[in-house]
Amino acid sequence: MNIALFLEMAADTAPDRIGLVCDGQRWSYADLLAGARGAAALIRDSGCAHVALLDESSEAAAMALFGAALAGVPYVPLNYRLADADLGALLERITPALIVGDVDRVRRLCPAESNIVLTRAAFVEAAQARAVDAPAEGEDGEGIAIQLFTSGTTAAPKAAILRHANLVSYILGTVEFAAAPEEDAALVSVPPYHIAGIAALLSSIYAMRRILMLPAFSPEAWLDLAADEGASNAFVVPTMLARIIETMAKGGAKGRRPDLSALRAIAYGGGKMPTELIHQALELFPATGFTNAYGLTETSSTIALLGPDEHRAAHGSDDPIVRARLGSVGRPLPTVEIEIRDEDGAVLPPGQAGEIYVRGEQVSGEYRERSALDADGWFPTRDAGYIDADGYLFLSGRADDVIVRGGENISPGEIEDVVMTHPAVAEAAAVAIPSHEWGEAVGLIVVPRAGHDAPGEEELKQMVRARLRSSRVPERVLFADALPYNEMGKLLRREIKKLFAA
Amino acid sequence: MKPGTKLKSAMCDTEVMVIRSGAGTIECGGAAMGEAKPDAIGTPAPDLAAGTLMGKRYVDAAGTFELLCVKPGKGSLSVDGVALSIKDAKPLPASD
Repeated sequence: MNIALFLEMAADTAPDRIGLVCDGQRWSYADLLAGARGAAALIRDSGCAHVALLDESSEAAAMALFGAALAGVPYVPLNYRLADADLGALLERITPALIVGDVDRVRRLCPAESNIVLTRAAFVEAAQARAVDAPAEGEDGEGIAIQLFTSGTTAAPKAAILRHANLVSYILGTVEFAAAPEEDAALVSVPPYHIAGIAALLSSIYAMRRILMLPAFSPEAWLDLAADEGASNAFVVPTMLARIIETMAKGGAKGRRPDLSALRAIAYGGGKMPTELIHQALELFPATGFTNAYGLTETSSTIALLGPDEHRAAHGSDDPIVRARLGSVGRPLPTVEIEIRDEDGAVLPPGQAGEIYVRGEQVSGEYRERSALDADGWFPTRDAGYIDADGYLFLSGRADDVIVRGGENISPGEIEDVVMTHPAVAEAAAVAIPSHEWGEAVGLIVVPRAGHDAPGEEELKQMVRARLRSSRVPERVLFADALPYNEMGKLLRREIKKLFAA
Repeated sequence: MKPGTKLKSAMCDTEVMVIRSGAGTIECGGAAMGEAKPDAIGTPAPDLAAGTLMGKRYVDAAGTFELLCVKPGKGSLSVDGVALSIKDAKPLPASD
């Protein structure tokens, strides 16, 4: 099954309906399919092994994604925020490729003659021109649809691959075809090289929900586009939501209060959502349904979600267990299985923290170099967490972030959650620091809240000692003006460790 | 039948994509479906003419067969004479 089927079905059902809006230009499903078929012809002619995108989101991302799928060539959207040396290495790895986007940068970093490099405009124009005589039939979709390079914190980035079968299974399992009313529109502001950006294209096209692309996120542009086009759905990462709320508090973009009355649903994911922020959002958007989605590149996006009703129930509850669910990522999708395992691989009962394992047809768990699936098809996510008695999944950070103090495993999240309850603490992060006595010990970094005096080091230690136990008490405490995050709102713990080493 | 195989009806416009299948003949409007479209299109049997709906998934009771309708038509889907039903999927909130 080829993922291009989703676009073909949408174009068959309503060819003239607008499927994508970007920079004021409107593309119908028939336009997008024609572009994809033309792109497929270009890709086949080129003989390239990969189709890459080094560009912000645009109609070219949709045409390249589905064009590559039709031609049976992996689509590789690249992170344009990477440093030159890192990006150059990735370009080498995908040569020979047809590359769309920043022509000058590609030529400078990777002069290989065998690459065909086109600007966004040239690619879209050529694809449309070829559409006239391009064949409608695509490849059978047995191979790789997408290749995404992981961020690669310690070694060279890994090339995660998603097969057509994984993505088709994910979409059929989570989206009902043409379920969106014609007035619906989904605002997509995540970059095209992120799994959420790819999943947004596939999901919205299959639901036949018009895509509103925001190539470069700013809270003002987001609010304007949402209001002007009447966005009904949006996906954001937590930092985007924080900035949107901040801008709304200041009276909105351009000094006018944006009309967001059409906005029925906001989904979020990609990083830890501060509990306070989601409570604030639920109050600011009383009629909007919030969904927390947890997933990984290797799982074709979402594997667990906390839905709108669960958000409202938790927000309005006095029961601490129900209220705490706002800090969970909800329950597994009906189409996947999740287990928590200890270091020896034994499955843990509810309430006990360990590594999260997932299995299902949407789970690839595969890299170019090797598959990470075990013999029974389970994928070790390297995320740590636990499942409560009612089946809600709570994350406690990356398994690699666990602090091992004298043989005892400490998850940074449990310490951070306690420290964050201090009124003068805006943000907090706990990391492992080297210790002669214990091997590792807890280092705590705290960002004081604006308008408050920084809390005392002894006071914070006392809080942790009183609420947890003595092994969790930070050995060192640092104060900072801000914590380092990447552009997707992921906390960069390795950068924090450097601060303790300095 | 391999997943991803596209089957066409001999009795109407219906086309399906095989998601999963086992032993048995997949039919539409009472006639076996095939990868090629026959030159002459028949008429669905009266008791197998309820029609197919675009984008719906059709399953048998055992869950052995699952077909995705990619082109709707007037015939009804069956396997070895036993009618398939629309897969009842609990709607999920949009998550991306």
